[in-house]
Amino acid sequence: MASLQLEIVTPDQIVLSRQVEYVGAPGIEGEFGVLPEHVPFISGLAVGCLYYKADSKTRYVFVSGGFAEVSDNTVTVLAECAEEAEHIDFARAERAFNRATERIAHKGSDVSLPRAEFALRRATYRLSLKNRG
Amino acid sequence: MASLKDVKLKIGGVKKTKQITKAMNMVASAKLRGAQQRIERFRPYAQKFFDMLSNLGGQSEETAHPFLAVRDEVKTVGIVLATSDRGLCGSFNVNIITAALKIAREKTKEGKAVKFYCVGKKARDAVRKLGYEIPLAIIGQMNSFDFQLAVSVGQRVMDDFLSGQLDEVLMVYGEFISLAKQVPVSLPVLPIAADHRDEHAEGAAKNYIYEPAVEGLLAELLPRFVKVQIYRGLLDTSASEHAARMMAMDNATKNCDDMTAALTLLYNKTRQAAITKDLMDIVGGVEALKG
Repeated sequence: MASLQLEIVTPDQIVLSRQVEYVGAPGIEGEFGVLPEHVPFISGLAVGCLYYKADSKTRYVFVSGGFAEVSDNTVTVLAECAEEAEHIDFARAERAFNRATERIAHKGSDVSLPRAEFALRRATYRLSLKNRG
Repeated sequence: MASLKDVKLKIGGVKKTKQITKAMNMVASAKLRGAQQRIERFRPYAQKFFDMLSNLGGQSEETAHPFLAVRDEVKTVGIVLATSDRGLCGSFNVNIITAALKIAREKTKEGKAVKFYCVGKKARDAVRKLGYEIPLAIIGQMNSFDFQLAVSVGQRVMDDFLSGQLDEVLMVYGEFISLAKQVPVSLPVLPIAADHRDEHAEGAAKNYIYEPAVEGLLAELLPRFVKVQIYRGLLDTSASEHAARMMAMDNATKNCDDMTAALTLLYNKTRQAAITKDLMDIVGGVEALKG
């Protein structure tokens, strides 16, 4: 069976580059899956968890929004921030989670609500990967 | 003639200075290596980003997104100026600032207002002295920054652009060409020039499915493109800074060597003169006793 090449790139490093069998990604308009021989496709990515199957195992990667391009059996993910589940700093995510919930709870005039909500979403997704490393 | 002790003290001072410049040279070269590695790591992202943008390029019109539209009347120009926080790097900062101020003067002559968005202490200090408006100054970050810095600068510039406070944005930074060569460069950031989009037009031949549609995707892609551009400028400035500092410190170390050599010569001459004088005195004394 043909396989897919998955590449996850951030401005600071290449997070992942390997052969996989399936990629599931959080598109802006809903999750999508990519199998080999997918048609050329570009999509925006929302904050969320991307997962891929390789060697009959499923692995998870956190992405903080970005883009995915599928062409010629290559999935290229451009994200501002991406972390494999086993590399996530959960203590930090937990702190971020608490901070964001607190900010949303006390809607002070100095905090911008969208920013806090965005931070909360990132923290939630990171934490959701806690037992999936 | 300087006394022996003075010369000796001066030699000691120059030697100490040399130790410092030598250490700074080594630190700069280590940091330069780090900065170059970061540029290397960033390159795949930037490359893929440009590819993706050019895939969309064939299909986008100027009207598809406000960042693409060239405004008929340009009243205010924003200049993002990136320099280092610290000096002792030769003419590096001065070159960048001079280039930026030249552009600013030209724009002012055309009747446009100029605002500066400064990254780096040297940029802010120089611009503030001349009284230009500085809506944003980021100090003390050039030493260690990541993509977030580009995000915050980019966000501010884009907000001001969209709210109509800016009609055009340029970035002036030090492009890293080689160890011995860093050139101040000005790069148009907003509106996004058409040539970026058509660079590799053949990429558009593939029939992509877009999700969301092209306009929605551009709305996501273009702000990131601005940040990518700014990040690239910052990375280059940082690498250039360290390269310039390396060269400056290398020269300083060489000058210290020259100076030590000249001073040692002076020291020996003075010493010899003193000995000769002493001998003359002794010989004179002996002659006098004989008499």
